[in-house]
Amino acid sequence: MKRNSYCGPLEQLAHDQGLDFYPVEFEMVPPSFMMEVAVYGFPVRMPHWSFGVRYIYQLVQHRMGHSKIFEVVFPGNPGRAYLANTNTIQENALVIAHVLGHADFSKNNLLFQRAQEQAGYHVVEQAAAHARHIENAASAHGQERVEMVLDAALALEQHIDDNQTLSRLPYPAHAPAEDPPPAAGFRKRFTSLPGEVPRKVKGHEHVRAPVPPHPEYDLLWFIAHYAPEMEDWERDIFLAVREESFYFYPVFSCQIMNEGWASYWHARLLREARFLPNDHYLDALRAHSDVVRPFAGEHEIALQINPYHLGFVLWDRLVEDRGLDRARRIMQEEDDFSFVHNYLDEELAAELGLFSYSAKRCGEIKVNDADINAIREQILSPRYHFGAPRIGVTQLRTDGTLDLKHDAIADGRGLDSEYARKVLEYVHCVWRRPVEMHTLDERNRETVIKVGIKSH
Amino acid sequence: MKQSEHRDRIPQSKDTEWYDLFSRGARDWLRHNEKIRDSVKQHLPELIAGSDVISRPDNRTLRVPVKLLEHYRFRLNDSDQKNGVGQAQPGKVKAGDILRPARGLFDSAGRQAGNEPGGVQLLLEFKIDDIVDWLWEELELPNLEPRPGETLVDEQLVREGWDRRGARSRLDRRRTLKEAIKRRSVQDDAPDFTNEDLRFRQLAKRQRPAMNAVVFFLLDASSSMEEADRKLAKAFFFWVLQGLRRQYLNISTVFIAHTAAAWEFSEEEFFKVTAQGGTQASSGFALVLEILETRFHPSRYNAYLFYASDGDNFIEDREPSEAALEKVAAAGNFVGYVEIAQTLSDALDTQMSALFQSLLNRGLRVGSYAIGGQEDIWPGIKKFFNQQAQHGAS
Repeated sequence: MKRNSYCGPLEQLAHDQGLDFYPVEFEMVPPSFMMEVAVYGFPVRMPHWSFGVRYIYQLVQHRMGHSKIFEVVFPGNPGRAYLANTNTIQENALVIAHVLGHADFSKNNLLFQRAQEQAGYHVVEQAAAHARHIENAASAHGQERVEMVLDAALALEQHIDDNQTLSRLPYPAHAPAEDPPPAAGFRKRFTSLPGEVPRKVKGHEHVRAPVPPHPEYDLLWFIAHYAPEMEDWERDIFLAVREESFYFYPVFSCQIMNEGWASYWHARLLREARFLPNDHYLDALRAHSDVVRPFAGEHEIALQINPYHLGFVLWDRLVEDRGLDRARRIMQEEDDFSFVHNYLDEELAAELGLFSYSAKRCGEIKVNDADINAIREQILSPRYHFGAPRIGVTQLRTDGTLDLKHDAIADGRGLDSEYARKVLEYVHCVWRRPVEMHTLDERNRETVIKVGIKSH
Repeated sequence: MKQSEHRDRIPQSKDTEWYDLFSRGARDWLRHNEKIRDSVKQHLPELIAGSDVISRPDNRTLRVPVKLLEHYRFRLNDSDQKNGVGQAQPGKVKAGDILRPARGLFDSAGRQAGNEPGGVQLLLEFKIDDIVDWLWEELELPNLEPRPGETLVDEQLVREGWDRRGARSRLDRRRTLKEAIKRRSVQDDAPDFTNEDLRFRQLAKRQRPAMNAVVFFLLDASSSMEEADRKLAKAFFFWVLQGLRRQYLNISTVFIAHTAAAWEFSEEEFFKVTAQGGTQASSGFALVLEILETRFHPSRYNAYLFYASDGDNFIEDREPSEAALEKVAAAGNFVGYVEIAQTLSDALDTQMSALFQSLLNRGLRVGSYAIGGQEDIWPGIKKFFNQQAQHGAS
């Protein structure tokens, strides 16, 4: 069966409109495959039971008809796009245009560029290679042991430090030479008393630097490099998970921009597509309004925002007000945090009907006073720090104890102690020495959660 | 242009059919289920105690509802108030609007659990026989040996060899046909069958150890035995029975409860029985003996008696008890005494255990087990089967 599509003409049109992207390889896949990509994040990814749980939830949701996934696209050179083979040809016209928007974004946005320069332009293949690597490890060392490592590594998936590079050298072994404070004023008169032999300054090259020299937020990297008794293949698994997180980070922190950009371009390309028969255009437009809409179904109020819709409206406004060139600059240089802060203004928020609300434990949901800063903050707060609490390594003690500290002030409250303890148990299994976490309890008192310390 | 014509056809997944053949999600889901089964296995003794599965003979399965496993990540404490951003038709919502009223106090507690994404529940079904096999491996329990010397025997007819003559009903057609083929392959123009081809199966009498057993479960139903105590007794009884099932082909169960008198019950009723009155264990032992002699004669049955009690018994009843028990122990294979103790420190320090101790000292096949909680059941079971293996070997 030959399925006609508007792939070629749309690519041509996109180039004519100034989009700049690596070639995209399209493939039609069954919905079951789409569902798995949504669960794993990659077509082929390492096996772990937790994906099985997510898969079942996704399956149940899918059966109930809550979600239809039209496409999944992976950046790279070439980019890879998977389209559901249940899409109609009209839907596919829209979806292909959408994918080209993503391809443009991922080639030009700096965060994406940085991730790809470091990790390479073949994330899909790399993830598959990790999967194979880990399956080999499972047959060499046993499934249970590999699972134990993955329990820890995947639980810390979000705990990378994006300011660092993907490949990092270990900390310098010795503290940098510290110049003695310059003697001045009153002190100067006593630095060298008459007849005194100048004291020899202790060689700095012999002062061991503390590990880590500063709070380390790249937990996956730190554990992979400094765990006292980890085996090499276990370190490799940690680094594989970390590499995938470096890929996921820009996707996560540019979601509103990226989806908005793709939605803006699918709308624009279809509008310009003269080769599209009128009825196909209308059908495609219907698909557009199904995806890019603020409310589900008949509702008129939604308690969350649709990033497609918010991003679409923001880009539409930006291109209209400031021109396409300025919009492209913004697309290249910013991420969601600056995007929302800089361009979601009071006027636009009112036009969109955005409001901030408070949900109390008793179930009451109340609309707050209109405040653009609160709205921005609440759109962004689940996206800070990869969506995870800020946890850093503060100290590697001489007995091998790993000291972790949760930045409860930045996060506003302490960690859920039951969950934290479970994660620390995962970590302890690979760290193999005691692990401690400093955080605040429910009543905001300082508390330490310790795992792996023998009670007697 | 050429290239874009080429690009008009998007490859279909049938070019890469493995997607349809292999589902990573399903594989990881199965692995998850396996992990759940493993963790359920570790808690089986408690699970068993709650269900009514002791004597049902076939298709015995145990259903266990379980929650999906959770892969934990760091997360913040719940705050009293969560803030979010919503979207509405402009002008539809204004500050101070209540979008959802507060729930009642009772509802909120119930709902909170319901709101968790633990909505999917699994119902795992275990075959009891599988469970028992796992446990035997895990606990390294011995398989029982038949009683030496005085082993009960059944006569059994087994097939053994062939003959050219025999009853028509034992004609072995397959073998006969073989013979015919062999003969025809060396004869020319041979008849299809001759009388020489006929082969008949022969039967021979063999002796084999008796595979019949009866297990008596005797429960002290006096008011001092509480609900929790009964559950412990039930769990112990269950596992003992499972172990014995591995050894005997046919196994019958008899449930007896006693206070000052004794009655036989069905299994369902048995564990619900409560009665007022004093404790005279001898009444129970006498009933066991009576049933043993009338329905399960010791010459044909391996008999086991398990007695669960809190250990109290009337002092005057000691002698009749001892006499009755002695008879039961002599006639049967084993008598086990399960003492349900509140605290293990004063366990096996009662009337009843003194009685069993004296029987043991006289070389009868008896054993005592003190059980204070779920955690003592396994050591008790293990002790019982190890004892049995030794008895069998000695």
